[in-house]
Amino acid sequence: MDKLEAKLLKEIADLDGLPVGAYNIRKNGQSDGRVSTAHIVIDTKTDQSGIDIHIAPGTKKESVHIPVVLTETGLTETVYNDFYIGEDCDVDIVAGCGIHNSGCDTTQHDGIHTFHVGKNSKVRYYEKHYGEGEGTGERIFNPQTVVYLEEGASIHMETTQIRGVDSTKRYTKIVVGAGGEAVITEKLLTHGRQTAESEMDIVLAGEDATGRVISRSVAQDDSVQVFYPRMIGEAKCFGHVQCDSILMGQAKIKSIPAIAAEHPDAQLIHEAAIGRIAGDQILKLMTLGLTEEEAEERILNGFLQ
Amino acid sequence: MLEIRHLSYQVSDESGEELGILNDVSLTIGEHKFVVITGPNGGGKTTLAKAIMGLVTPTGGQILWNGEDITPLNITQRARKGISYGFQQPPRFKGLKVRDLLELASGREGLTHEEECQYLTRVGLCAADYIDREVDASLSGGEVKRIEIATILARDSGLMIFDEPEAGIDLWSFARLTDTFRQLHDEQKATLVVISHQERIIDLADEIVMVDRGVITQHGAKEEIFPKILANTVSGCSYMHGA
Repeated sequence: MDKLEAKLLKEIADLDGLPVGAYNIRKNGQSDGRVSTAHIVIDTKTDQSGIDIHIAPGTKKESVHIPVVLTETGLTETVYNDFYIGEDCDVDIVAGCGIHNSGCDTTQHDGIHTFHVGKNSKVRYYEKHYGEGEGTGERIFNPQTVVYLEEGASIHMETTQIRGVDSTKRYTKIVVGAGGEAVITEKLLTHGRQTAESEMDIVLAGEDATGRVISRSVAQDDSVQVFYPRMIGEAKCFGHVQCDSILMGQAKIKSIPAIAAEHPDAQLIHEAAIGRIAGDQILKLMTLGLTEEEAEERILNGFLQ
Repeated sequence: MLEIRHLSYQVSDESGEELGILNDVSLTIGEHKFVVITGPNGGGKTTLAKAIMGLVTPTGGQILWNGEDITPLNITQRARKGISYGFQQPPRFKGLKVRDLLELASGREGLTHEEECQYLTRVGLCAADYIDREVDASLSGGEVKRIEIATILARDSGLMIFDEPEAGIDLWSFARLTDTFRQLHDEQKATLVVISHQERIIDLADEIVMVDRGVITQHGAKEEIFPKILANTVSGCSYMHGA
């Protein structure tokens, strides 16, 4: 792995070398290293591009890293990764993709991830997308994440895309079983003429299922963002969707939330706010000795923390 | 020493008529003095305090801090000269924690637990309960206000301006706050300019400045001015006089 690839790996997975535990590193459309462990087995799919990850029941305090690095301009790929997580697990899954495009052709990675999470298992899933490169070629991500949570299972999903991605269309669907919990934290910053769309269906299907969506985004310059968070309560359940966006420059943000109760005991809340950074926030930080630019940066960093 | 010379702030109303928010205000505040600015609502107190911090740009006059003309300086430059300002209605920040604000205020990262405790205890908050909380809508108005005052304490500046520090603070916390103001004054490290209507804060002051309709109507030692304020509190209201 060269310096550029190592830098991308650091950006997307905070890795300074090879990960500990199970991993699969994909580089420019090819596998560039894989380790399975006693409890976590990674296999190449035979019918399409991608991998199957099987996590044995009872696996606790283990992790799987599946980073993707693209440095070839013009490379376009769709990758299917399926996770089968047994009962009573407690695992961290770190995905993410970094593109360095120094050419003039589009580089695109579409990761299609499906999770089957067994009874009472806990999964923390981190996915970071990052783009860079001096070329004119676009850097595009269109991820899809579909999660099925069995009884008592939970997923804490954190997606981050800060700068560098020209276009993204994200689709997330989570079906939460009885007593299960889905927490989705989405952080997004677009700039220039970038576009980002995030569509979500959170289905609270089982009794006492809970769902929480926390979306924080910043749109700078002429970028455009669109959000479609939808929460559906099919049983006695609790759901909360909170979308906050900061507008800068001439950017545009559209938020089209939906909460749908299909059960008399479904309790669903939606909150959304779009606006510029409040002037009094900047002034307050300036009275603490920060310049206007420093104050703005600090507010954005905190907001997207 | 803070010197305000012939300070004016004029704005025009919709018809273009000039409104004098501050009219030729001159005031000198000696080093390490505790001065309370009081007076009726809309009299110009907050505008005067904001003009010192640079939050309002006066249309005329000068402000000198320790002999230096700071009138052309912006907010950041004045802050770096050791001037701090506690807002009457402090903003909330989604994503910034109490610790972040205290660190920004102190200009240092990684405050010790003892330092965090010290700043928050002085405004009646327990660091263990508050230090990792976001300064967002989950905090009450009184809590945000006390955190605001804690950031001024963390600034450790030579001139501390507080705009109605008592506003929104419950009676029990207020008692703690007056002790803190007393201690700050006893330490004799900073000049304190406090806009207040609270008898217990006014009572701590060395001097009282009365601002009304954009001018200083009275300025003098507390012992001289305070009785006059009390005597005038209910004047002009026949109902309150029992007529």
